[in-house]
Amino acid sequence: MMKKECIAMILAGGQGSRLGILTKRLAKPAVPFGGKYRIIDFTLSNCANSDIDTVGVLTQYKPLVLNSYIGIGRSWNLDRRNGGVTVLPPYVKEQGGEWYKGTANAIYQNIDFIDQHNPENVLVLSGDHIYKMDYGPMLEDHKKRNADATIAVIEVPWEETSRFGIMNTDDLGQIIEFEEKPLHAKNNLASMGIYIFKWSVLKKYLIEDEQTLGSHHDFGKNIIPTMLLRGQRLYAYRFCGYWKDVGTIESFWEANMDLLSDNPQLDLYDPHWRIYSVNPTQPPNYIAPNAKIRRSLINEGCLILGEVENSVIFPGVYVGAGAKIRNSVIMPYVKIGANVCIEKAIVGEASIIRKGCFVGCKDLDDFYFHGDPNYGKITVIGENMDIPRGTVIENGAMVSSED
Amino acid sequence: MSLMMGIINNTKNGNQLKELTENRYMASVPFGGRYRMIDFVLSNMVNSGIRNVGILVQGKYRSLMDHLRSGKEWDLDRKRDGLFILPPAYNNCPLGMQKGDLDNFYANLEYLQKSRQKYVVISGANMVCNINYQQVLQMHQQKQADITIIYTEELGEVHDASKSTFIYTTSSGRVVDLEINPITQRSNKISMEMYILERTLLIDIIDECISKGGYDFVMDGILKNLQRYKIYGHHHPGYVGRIHSVQSYYRHNMDLLNSEIWEEVFLRSGLIYTKVKDQAPVKYMEHAVVKNALVANGCVINGSVENSVLFRGVRIHKGAKLRNCIILQNCVIGEDAELENVILDKEVHVSAEKQLAGLKEYPIIVEKKSRI
Repeated sequence: MMKKECIAMILAGGQGSRLGILTKRLAKPAVPFGGKYRIIDFTLSNCANSDIDTVGVLTQYKPLVLNSYIGIGRSWNLDRRNGGVTVLPPYVKEQGGEWYKGTANAIYQNIDFIDQHNPENVLVLSGDHIYKMDYGPMLEDHKKRNADATIAVIEVPWEETSRFGIMNTDDLGQIIEFEEKPLHAKNNLASMGIYIFKWSVLKKYLIEDEQTLGSHHDFGKNIIPTMLLRGQRLYAYRFCGYWKDVGTIESFWEANMDLLSDNPQLDLYDPHWRIYSVNPTQPPNYIAPNAKIRRSLINEGCLILGEVENSVIFPGVYVGAGAKIRNSVIMPYVKIGANVCIEKAIVGEASIIRKGCFVGCKDLDDFYFHGDPNYGKITVIGENMDIPRGTVIENGAMVSSED
Repeated sequence: MSLMMGIINNTKNGNQLKELTENRYMASVPFGGRYRMIDFVLSNMVNSGIRNVGILVQGKYRSLMDHLRSGKEWDLDRKRDGLFILPPAYNNCPLGMQKGDLDNFYANLEYLQKSRQKYVVISGANMVCNINYQQVLQMHQQKQADITIIYTEELGEVHDASKSTFIYTTSSGRVVDLEINPITQRSNKISMEMYILERTLLIDIIDECISKGGYDFVMDGILKNLQRYKIYGHHHPGYVGRIHSVQSYYRHNMDLLNSEIWEEVFLRSGLIYTKVKDQAPVKYMEHAVVKNALVANGCVINGSVENSVLFRGVRIHKGAKLRNCIILQNCVIGEDAELENVILDKEVHVSAEKQLAGLKEYPIIVEKKSRI
């Protein structure tokens, strides 16, 4: 097979347990986002738009939705004769076989896959970040500097440095120190979990790390520090732009709300950097004569008879007459009955909220009293729920089925 | 394997939609916010289990090819069967254009001979509807018909009678007479210009007509054979939008603003597939006031829109007002511009504060890529 310059490995096995009932049935990268997408669409589209044509997707936790969603990669233009997308779950070997124990171990278990493509470099990505990035210039920098590894970094607010892996570099961008979640950071350049490695070098370290007792088999905790210690050439690549790890219910909700401002940092309408996704084949949305819609994203197949404000509505949603939805994220194929009020909530796929329910508010007065998106907690309703008529689901509640 | 194959006949309905058909044939005229006319018949065929579709083309078919490409969106990129574009063979007619559609059928006879399905569904591309041909085939077989013509019954006066084909049937459904484009309407049964017949019979009809100097499938193949073949009518009870004039184009686009019709055409039985453009969801901004509108993805709306259909990627700036408009893909409406009863073809830019108004019966059409 022809030698590839760079192939991508997307880590998509995480449960995302802090997303609570949103990841009950699917892995975090498969969680719907932005009225149309699943989180992994951003990384896959970045690959497609950066002309990376060989992508391995490492799955583990509840992979059914993700596997069938990715398919042969057609939606991202990754159905290629030579390369394309390959879903890589853990598998059984002669000596047993095991789950992916950490990010580095996941790549280690797929050394054969990478060797088969015989790439010069391997790009390691996370499948659960929301951002638009051209990996091309990063790869150019990596080659120009003859780096063993290049790590993408982004400036984060100083007060948040203790949540990230912080890179300390010299003037030329070479990494001299790496601190995982430091209490007193020396700078505010955080690792984005995006790495380009020289494959020949990485392979050596992966094999060695696998033999190391007590290792977490993790890039941030083990591979990078060991490489630094041995004096390998590690460089930082600075990324400017929108980047968000939607790890919690709050950050997931916020990232959706971020899209509603007049000029959001993350531009979904750029014809030169399309975010691809699987098309649900739905007609244009229909807005009825008495509907009111402001500051919202609404996808195709929606039938809106009521009022929608400051919300993100996925495809195929029905909003009945007199219903009021504000500061909320409504997932695909949700049916919302007449006169339902929903305030600051996330409603899971295909749920039915019957007539006259109040979600995230007690009654109509309470609904009118609210309105400030920063006020109150986020209410979450799981998928495939059927909320009977007139139910009141109070602010901050989490509702999901038993199983 | 499905018993049926499909032929979409796009050789008729040339320049009926004025500016909209200047550079495209009926089949690739944009319709309903994100579709082209051919999507309806093609999706109906695919949803009826048909996996072998030939498209007869003539004249300006570049935009059609661009739309269909490999047939991927309709799942017609198959190893066996799939999508076939059937171009004309102009060497049969020195003037470059054929008189009717039979020459095209004849030029592609080999495709019909090589196909394996027993029955053929023939349809034009100017009907907006959601129909399952499986049911029509069942009736065709029950009646042991040679040819089945699908029709609708219209109450009251029909628009564009002179562009329609009317049929007369007995109580058992047998077609006894046919009138093509009469000036005055005498029957309330209008053909949907969709036919089912056996493939071998179609080949025979084409061969025989051509050898007798015929040129039109319906005129020579069906009308002249009313006595000879058992021809039955199949009544389609659902919604049908017949597009053969600017007025009907405008009216049937507006029909989709009735949520009943919207659901029937797009969601109730089969889905309507089209070329995917991967556009973001519609963004309704701070000053958006939208009432009774059909809006496709990729639109960004900050003005007021009423009784209108917006195609993909339309930008409506602050203060702009639209009423009773059909705005095709990627148009931009500047601040405080006002449009009423207007059809904008693709990529038209209307600059700030411009006003444009047509009449409901005679909407203004603005040509592709115009700057106003």
